[in-house]
Amino acid sequence: MRSARLRRTRRASAVTLVSAMTLTALAACGTSSSDDDGDGASQQSRQSGATDASVPLDPKTKVSITIDCMPPAAKAAELKEWKEDVAAFNKTYPNVTIEGRSTPGQCLEPPRFTAMLKAKSQPDVFYTYFTDLPQVLSEDGAEDISAYVSDRTVPALKDIDPNVLGSLKQDGKLYGLPTSNYTMGLLINRKLFKDAGLDPDAPPKTWEEVRAAAKKIAGLGEGVSGFGEYSAGNTGGWHFTAQLYSLGGDIVDTSGKKAAFNNDLGKQVAKNLRAMRWDDDSMGKTQLLKWGDLQKQIATDKLGMFLAAPDDITYMVQQLGASYENFGMGPIPGGRNTLAGGNNYMIKKGISPDKIKAGIAWLNFKNLTVGKGQFDWSRAKADNLPVGLPQPNFWLNGSKKTDDAGRAASATMPVANFRAFMANPVPGKSEPPKAQEIYKVLDNVMSGILTNKDADVDKLLSTAETQVNQVLANQ
Amino acid sequence: MSAPSLTPSRAARSRNPQPRQGSPEAPGGTFARNLRRNLTAHAFLIGAVVCFALFSWYPMVREFLLAFQKTESGRTVWVGLDNFTTVFNDPAFWQAWGNTLWFTTLALVLGFAVPFVLAITINEFRHGKGYLRLLVYLPVMLPPVAGVLLFQYLYDPGYGLLNELLGLLRLPEQQWLQDADIAMFSLVVASTWMNMGGATLIYLAALQGIPGELYEAAELDGAGLLRRIWHVTIPQTRLILSLMFLMQIIATMQVFVEPFLLTGGAGPEGSTTTVVYLIYQYAFNFNNYGAAAALGLLLLVLLAGFSAAYAKLSRSEDA
Repeated sequence: MRSARLRRTRRASAVTLVSAMTLTALAACGTSSSDDDGDGASQQSRQSGATDASVPLDPKTKVSITIDCMPPAAKAAELKEWKEDVAAFNKTYPNVTIEGRSTPGQCLEPPRFTAMLKAKSQPDVFYTYFTDLPQVLSEDGAEDISAYVSDRTVPALKDIDPNVLGSLKQDGKLYGLPTSNYTMGLLINRKLFKDAGLDPDAPPKTWEEVRAAAKKIAGLGEGVSGFGEYSAGNTGGWHFTAQLYSLGGDIVDTSGKKAAFNNDLGKQVAKNLRAMRWDDDSMGKTQLLKWGDLQKQIATDKLGMFLAAPDDITYMVQQLGASYENFGMGPIPGGRNTLAGGNNYMIKKGISPDKIKAGIAWLNFKNLTVGKGQFDWSRAKADNLPVGLPQPNFWLNGSKKTDDAGRAASATMPVANFRAFMANPVPGKSEPPKAQEIYKVLDNVMSGILTNKDADVDKLLSTAETQVNQVLANQ
Repeated sequence: MSAPSLTPSRAARSRNPQPRQGSPEAPGGTFARNLRRNLTAHAFLIGAVVCFALFSWYPMVREFLLAFQKTESGRTVWVGLDNFTTVFNDPAFWQAWGNTLWFTTLALVLGFAVPFVLAITINEFRHGKGYLRLLVYLPVMLPPVAGVLLFQYLYDPGYGLLNELLGLLRLPEQQWLQDADIAMFSLVVASTWMNMGGATLIYLAALQGIPGELYEAAELDGAGLLRRIWHVTIPQTRLILSLMFLMQIIATMQVFVEPFLLTGGAGPEGSTTTVVYLIYQYAFNFNNYGAAAALGLLLLVLLAGFSAAYAKLSRSEDA
């Protein structure tokens, strides 16, 4: 009895201590060999060293690759399209076996992703966010595919926005191919705009206009808020960053070693929020909101505006039962810069050259060919999937024209609602270094402003500056 | 419950002397004989031992190693005390410890007293004890996330039940979770409500083990309710109270679910950032397992002290 109790106590005081350690233990157990791909032909070609990286995959090559993010059964239409695409791909490459790996929730859940990287158990072609590159490289998880990606293997390469491709490069080497990108804008609830006597086709362009519109919308009463912001779970810091970018400010200076937000622009962001929250009472009483909370509010006509990316609308329609018609988007107020990000696939480090080629051939077919795969808009419309959202929009030149035309022809939503956003593109800017650590610190600024009427903005920013400098010094 | 009734007397031991090792009575020694005799029991133990080894002991060893390691370009390198330096230099470090100690203190004041008072109250009832026990234990059966969501509605500053009640009483509304001064208190109330059932049942069991004669004698001596509690109940349950006190410290210092779900982790101006939440941040937001392990190790060292005290108390209880 005594020993059992002692053991329980030790376990209780240990198991919950570090959630990381269990994960790491599991990761250690699940380690798989990245070098051994179990494909005889590929092994042979690697050993021979005869494969020329710049040459597309020989259709006769027999190879099997695992691909991340095959849609789960719950997403029936997307899964159907995936299977159709595999079949179409196999017409060109009959000897390539695509093994889809399905994920029930989001394709990339950070804890699972981290464990996968640590265990080297990621699929041959694995899904990442643009911001994951440093983490993937620190784990030596991705192959340098610079030599494999050319206008022979990816014919539309020249039409991909160089800013998007740039986010997948480090030291001149390319580590991934994009599937989508986003920039943040001002998402609005058209019904509330109309009810408040505002023009939903002309969303506010400056923060002063946002404040005035928020006041009018909140004036509708019945618990309706004009403008919403996050202040918890690191999302507050994320949005503080977006707001500061919109005014032309920055979170970290060009050296990457010093905080750059404790200045007039930072104070402008803080004071504007403070005024909306406490002087105008247009941001609602419930704060400490995080991702998902504002979406629920706007989907139920309780919120007029918030900063978001276009794909939030898909989430609100598909998961929360809202309708596309009720939303519109304008560019981020201020309009100097906007926070940009996106998704892509990387190739697992250490797999054979033929596998790399097969992976790139698949990505080219599925994600980077206008009119095919994810850009087959007429099929998406027939399958009742959303068509007409302004992003992904990484195409330039001829590809952009063709894609825009295809998207417009098959639109399943009123694309005019997003015209203000589309017609006024704002330069995208990526997240600061040590983004999550900095966001954690800046959450305090946001929560301070939004929960404490008497918060001292100068002090909040000054404290955050000290803390961010400390975070940057610890790099 | 006197010692001689539980412990074999010296005379009894001399009548049943332990066989010497190597004697014909015990070939292979006591251990081997015990093993053979309890083979089935040991076989059953194997599963538990393997599970503990894999999921408790091995992670503990890994955590210890991780605290001194860093993963760079897929290789693990030893970094000495670097992870500890990172943790100590984190602006949130001291705030998280302060918040955790504050939560623990509040939980001891509120969470420790409430179940004991409840147990005494239920114990005073002549009828319906079983029904009351069920009522008190019901919140424990509620999944923690559901309990937290319930409190989210109660605490909502706009439409929450608590502020509605305050409004009816013409009292000013409170920002239960959004005021840095009272957010932690609100978390403790939620936590106490969700967890008090188990502790109350343990106290009830202890109370029911107190001989009724003691209370009768105290009443004959003219002791009122409070004096009976002070002079009979508390001394008789002293040991279980001490154990629960230590368990409470160990459990509350690992608080995570309540701040994570009710205040988004950090809370207003970081006022509900706890040590375990910070560990979670390191591991799953920053992918810095080394720092997470280092902070976990610091917490482990502190809690190991409490665990040792708990173990000592357990031994004295068994003696």
